[in-house]
Amino acid sequence: MVRLWEARWYLLAGLAAVTVAYGFGPGRAWALPVAVLLLFAALFSAKPRAVRIAEKAGEVEAEGLQRLSGEYLAAAVADPLIIFDRSTTVVHANAAAFVAFGGMSPGLSLPLKFRAPEMQALLDSVVSGKIASDELDYLEKLPVERVYRVSASSVGHGTDLFVLVFKDQSEARRIDRMRADFIANASHELRTPLASISGFIETLRGPARNDPAAREQFLQIMQNQTSRMARLIDDLLSLSRLEMKPYLKAGARVDLRQTLESVIDSLGPLARDSNLVVERDFAEGQFAVPGDRDELFQVFENLLENACKYGQSGGRVSVSVAPGGTVAEPTVDVTIRDFGPGIPEEHIPRITERFYRVDVETSRAQKGTGLGLSIVKHILTRHNARMSIRSELGKGAAFTVHLPAN
Amino acid sequence: MQSVHIVSAYDEELKFLAKRIAAMGGHAERMVEQAVAALVSADQDLAQKVIRDDIVLDEGQREIDDKAILIIARRQPMATDLREIVGAIRISADLERVGDLGKNVAKRVMSVTDGRDATSLYRGLEALANLALIQLKDVLDVYASRSVEKIGVVRDRDEQIDAMYTSLFRELLTYMMEDPRNITSCTHLLFCAKNIERIGDHATNIAETIYYIVTGDQMPADRPKEDKTDRVVVQQPEVAK
Repeated sequence: MVRLWEARWYLLAGLAAVTVAYGFGPGRAWALPVAVLLLFAALFSAKPRAVRIAEKAGEVEAEGLQRLSGEYLAAAVADPLIIFDRSTTVVHANAAAFVAFGGMSPGLSLPLKFRAPEMQALLDSVVSGKIASDELDYLEKLPVERVYRVSASSVGHGTDLFVLVFKDQSEARRIDRMRADFIANASHELRTPLASISGFIETLRGPARNDPAAREQFLQIMQNQTSRMARLIDDLLSLSRLEMKPYLKAGARVDLRQTLESVIDSLGPLARDSNLVVERDFAEGQFAVPGDRDELFQVFENLLENACKYGQSGGRVSVSVAPGGTVAEPTVDVTIRDFGPGIPEEHIPRITERFYRVDVETSRAQKGTGLGLSIVKHILTRHNARMSIRSELGKGAAFTVHLPAN
Repeated sequence: MQSVHIVSAYDEELKFLAKRIAAMGGHAERMVEQAVAALVSADQDLAQKVIRDDIVLDEGQREIDDKAILIIARRQPMATDLREIVGAIRISADLERVGDLGKNVAKRVMSVTDGRDATSLYRGLEALANLALIQLKDVLDVYASRSVEKIGVVRDRDEQIDAMYTSLFRELLTYMMEDPRNITSCTHLLFCAKNIERIGDHATNIAETIYYIVTGDQMPADRPKEDKTDRVVVQQPEVAK
């Protein structure tokens, strides 16, 4: 049927020629040349046209196929994938690229976003056609360290399109780094209690061998030191675990009101022992934010624990929840406030650093490991949240966590 | 980014400027990152590399200046285009300064190498540099995406940088008081910290320029100032601990 349709011009021309030849009879000599002419005209005009139509149809079909399958393919790829044209402008970026880099809308000029010198060189060399494809390691240090194996290549023949695929290698790199960091931090921090324990062991075996009172006292100190080491290891491990998986699972939401209630409950004994009253100041409404419940629990637990430990002299600690942020980017603000001595201003910017202590003596006395706020900061970075600290000497300190509401 | 002009070469020229700025930005980010890494790990080779790299930024700035002047002379730009071009000149100058500051940090690596025991200081410097680098990255990302509504955060961060700088300043003074032998390295570190803090300021400048390019208005002038080092004094310790 299709063949017949394609051949319609030949048929028509043939029919016309025959009609002309017969209709006008043999007497008219001009009829034959006319018929021949008609035949030729039909052949010459019709054939190219038919081919053109066929080509066009083919093109439309192929273009549609390419575009559709390209987008579907890009969406099906789990790694960030960006398709761009010869002017290095983004044509299409898949969902993973949006999540990983943000603001990957079509029309964005790629060299403006990937500014690292070697990325610029890679884009240049692929677009200029010097090489068909190339790979390199791309490192994004901030705000969270990420390492990608990036490959750039041209797509198909003469499409003028190119593709960048990012393979996330952060996990492997992070495990290596974590091992090194963990050993460095742990050995440094564990050396102190260990030195003190071995010192007491020596004394117990030597001078204090026959002194039961001293022995009891020393054993008590040694026990304190070992429990400090145990706490330190717990904290280091939870910090390492956090560093292992810097991204959160999407989708889960946490009810802050309920989480805070359970944090307050779990720290009830500590508050009672410190003669503290925990005041609640929750605004009306539901406060659900995207995030991981266990991790947020740890954030508030660490903050409230700090407030109880260091704000003991204030007699009360307040926990408040309120909506905040701007209309464009609403947040839920949780403030944990103590009324103790406060934090000297010069320490505030640095207290989230690992093992940074405002006052080493107090921290040791309160069984601090120097990692609590560091853990808090880590978790908050993962939640895209910020923490602000306000403190006035003698009036206490307020830690406010700004969690994005959406 | 901008509307299409009748002369497509004009568009090309404007795009070229933006790309050069981004490339300069990438170089500046890399230099600062490596300079601080060299400082923290006492890596002389890396420091030398940073010092050599500075020339790329100098060249970049000169090229952008030339190109921008040519465009102004040839195309008589108006409104957004004019702001875009003048903005490019200003941003490239800021980035070139950032490179200089990074280079200066790298130059000091050699002098600080001896007597490095205060690990907390280096950790502090690294944290300060991270803040400044995040700020630079955010600003350059805004330059790419033109979403100026994100610029407020950049300024907030400048506040953090200043606070952190003040804190480091105080700590360095304390170390110098404790032991005069620390003075050499601490003074160099003080300048390093100052340089990094200045990088944050340049990032804020760039943010303001971008705001101006996109909106045509100057950014409101309520820029926070948290650098309180002009008032920091350290009391003579009564007894050395």
